Amino acid sequence: MTWIALKMLMGDRSKYFAIVFGVSFACFLIAEQSAIFCGVMLRTTSQIRDTHGADIWVMNTGVRYVDDLKAISDDDLYRVRSVSGVEWAVSLYRGQGQAQLANGTYQGVILMGLDDATLTGAPTRMLVGRIGDLQIPDTILVDEAGFRQMWPGEPLGTGKVIEMNQRRAVVVGVYRASQTFMTLPIIYTRFSQATLFVPPTPTGRLTPFVLAKARPGTDPEEVARRIQERTGLKALTNDGFSDLTMSYYLEHTGIPLNFGTTVLLAFFVGTAIAGQTFYLFTVENLKQFGTLKAMGLSDRGVVGMILTQGLVVGGIGYGIGIGLATIYGIFAQRAMSLLAFFLPWQVLALTAVAMIVIVLFASLLSIRRALVLEPAVVFQGGA
Amino acid sequence: MNAVIQPGKGVNCRGLVKEYGSGDSRVLALRGVDLEIPPGELTLLVGPSGCGKTTLISILAGTLNPTRGDLSVLGVDLNQLSNREKTAFRAKNVGFVFQQFNLLPALTAAENVAVPLVINGVSRKPAIERANEMLKAVGLGEKLGSLPSQLSGGQQQRVAIARALVHQPRLLVADEPTSAVDAQTGQAVMELIRAVALQPDRVAVVVTHDPRVFGFADRIITLEDGRIAAAHRTEPHRLAVPV
Repeated sequence: MTWIALKMLMGDRSKYFAIVFGVSFACFLIAEQSAIFCGVMLRTTSQIRDTHGADIWVMNTGVRYVDDLKAISDDDLYRVRSVSGVEWAVSLYRGQGQAQLANGTYQGVILMGLDDATLTGAPTRMLVGRIGDLQIPDTILVDEAGFRQMWPGEPLGTGKVIEMNQRRAVVVGVYRASQTFMTLPIIYTRFSQATLFVPPTPTGRLTPFVLAKARPGTDPEEVARRIQERTGLKALTNDGFSDLTMSYYLEHTGIPLNFGTTVLLAFFVGTAIAGQTFYLFTVENLKQFGTLKAMGLSDRGVVGMILTQGLVVGGIGYGIGIGLATIYGIFAQRAMSLLAFFLPWQVLALTAVAMIVIVLFASLLSIRRALVLEPAVVFQGGA
Repeated sequence: MNAVIQPGKGVNCRGLVKEYGSGDSRVLALRGVDLEIPPGELTLLVGPSGCGKTTLISILAGTLNPTRGDLSVLGVDLNQLSNREKTAFRAKNVGFVFQQFNLLPALTAAENVAVPLVINGVSRKPAIERANEMLKAVGLGEKLGSLPSQLSGGQQQRVAIARALVHQPRLLVADEPTSAVDAQTGQAVMELIRAVALQPDRVAVVVTHDPRVFGFADRIITLEDGRIAAAHRTEPHRLAVPV
C-alpha cells in the first residue's frame, strides 16, 4: 500500500507542499537557532582552541572558565614540570589591558603572553608579518578583527604603534583568530613583555595558566590527573577546559534559555502548521480511507499508510530544512562576520528527533480520525 | 474463527434487526428481515428513502454489525467473525460499487482497479497487469492511464465496476450504481453487473431507486420501514455479455 499512500499524498499538490513547508520551516528554525547557539558556545572556547601545541591547561582551582583569571604562583611552573608524564610546561599570561591609540582614544584588549623562549601557544594563521619578530622588544601581534577595530578602513600591515601601561608597542604581525565570545582585540606578545604592558598586581603574581605537554604515548587525561594530585592545582585537557568553560556559560548566562525558547517556539510553530495541515489532509481524504476500509484494508494498513505519508513529508521537510539552514549559515557568515554558526551532527540529530516528534504527533491525530471511521459510511454518501 | 466460504451458498438472514442510538433517540432501521439470496442471479433492493436499504446492504457486505439476527454470507456466519476477520472476509470476497464511484482521485484508472488486489497482498506490477485486463474487459482499454477527473461519469462507474470485480469476489454489492450517470450509461452499467451476477458462484445485490433498471433483475425485494414489504421474481428482459 506504500505506493498508494504516496500517490494519495502527492496527488493533492497544494496540501502536500503546505505540509512539507510546515515541516521544513520547523526544521530550518530548529537547526538554525541551535546552530547559532552552538556557534556562540563554541566562541566561548575559541582561545583554548587557538592555543596550539599543549595538551593540558593548569590553573588555580577556583577558575570556572577561560576568562576567569586567577593567578597561580610562579613556582607552580616548576612543580608541574616535575610531574611524571609531563614532556614540557610553559607559563601563559592572559589578562586584560588598555591600549591607547595614536589618536588618544583607549581600547580594551585581551593580552596574551607567550613563553619567551619557545613562543608556545602562538597563533598559527599569520596574515602579515612573522611570529619570530615577537623576540624584538616592545612588539606585539594583533588579530585581524582587532586590527580593523583599532584602525578601521586601513589595510592590514605592520608598524602601527599603540601604548599600554605607558609603554609603546609596535605591531609586527597580524593573524587570523577564531571569533571570541568577547569582541576585544587579542594581542600576543612574550610573557616578560606582557607583564610590562599591565600595571603590577597587589599580590605580584602574574601567571594565570601553565601549558603542559604530555609525553608521547602518555594519556593527557592521566597526566592532568597526576598534575592535580601532585600540585593541588586544577589541570584539564584542552577538551576538559573547553567543557568547563561552556558549562559555565550554560549555567550562568541566559544564553541557553533564550535560544531554547526560540527553538521551542520553532518546534511548536512547526508542529502546529504541519500537524494541522496533515490532519486536514487526512480529514479531506477520509472518504478515500473509508472506501479502502470497506474494501478490506485493515486498521494496520491504514496506520501504515498514514505513517508512511507522515514520514515521507517529514524526511523531505527535514532535508529541505537542514539544507536551508546550511545555506543560511554559509551566506550569513559571509555577509556578517560576527554571526556565530556551527552545525555539528548533534544539531542534525536533535532536528531529526524534533521532526519525528512533529510527524508522529501529526500522524497520531490523523490516525485516530481514520481509525474511528466506520467503513459503512461509504454507503451513506458520507465519509 | 476461520472464515471459509462454501460453494453454492448465497446470503441468508433471519430476523435481522438493526438499531441506531439508544433511549429516546433509538431508531430501528431494520425490524426483523428474513432474506435469502441465491447465487447466480441478480437481486435488486428497492424502496423509499429511509426504508433500510443501505443499512441492509451494509450488513450483508460486512461493513456494519446487526443488532440481532442470524446472518450467513457465502456460508460464513458473519456474526461470529471478529472485526479483523470481517475485514479480511471483505477484502477477499466482497466487491463494492458505490453511488459516487469512490475512485481515488490521485490514482489512474488502472491503479484504482488494482487497489483490491494490492489490499489482498498482490504486488504492484502484477496487480496493474490484471487491472489492465479488467479495464479492457469493460471497454476502457484506451483509458488505463487516465485519472478519474479525466473520465466521464459512465467511464468512472465502469472503472468502479472493474475494481469491484478484479479480485473475483463471490459477493458483489452495488449501492445506487446508476444514480450518478445518464440513462444510457445506466443501462450499460447494469448490463455489466448482470453479466457478473449470472455466474453460478456469484451473489449480486444492487440497491436502487431507479425503475429503469428493474428489467435487469431476477428478483426484486421491496423494503418499507425496515421490513420486507414484497419480494417477487421477475423475467429479466436484458441480456448481458459475460465479464
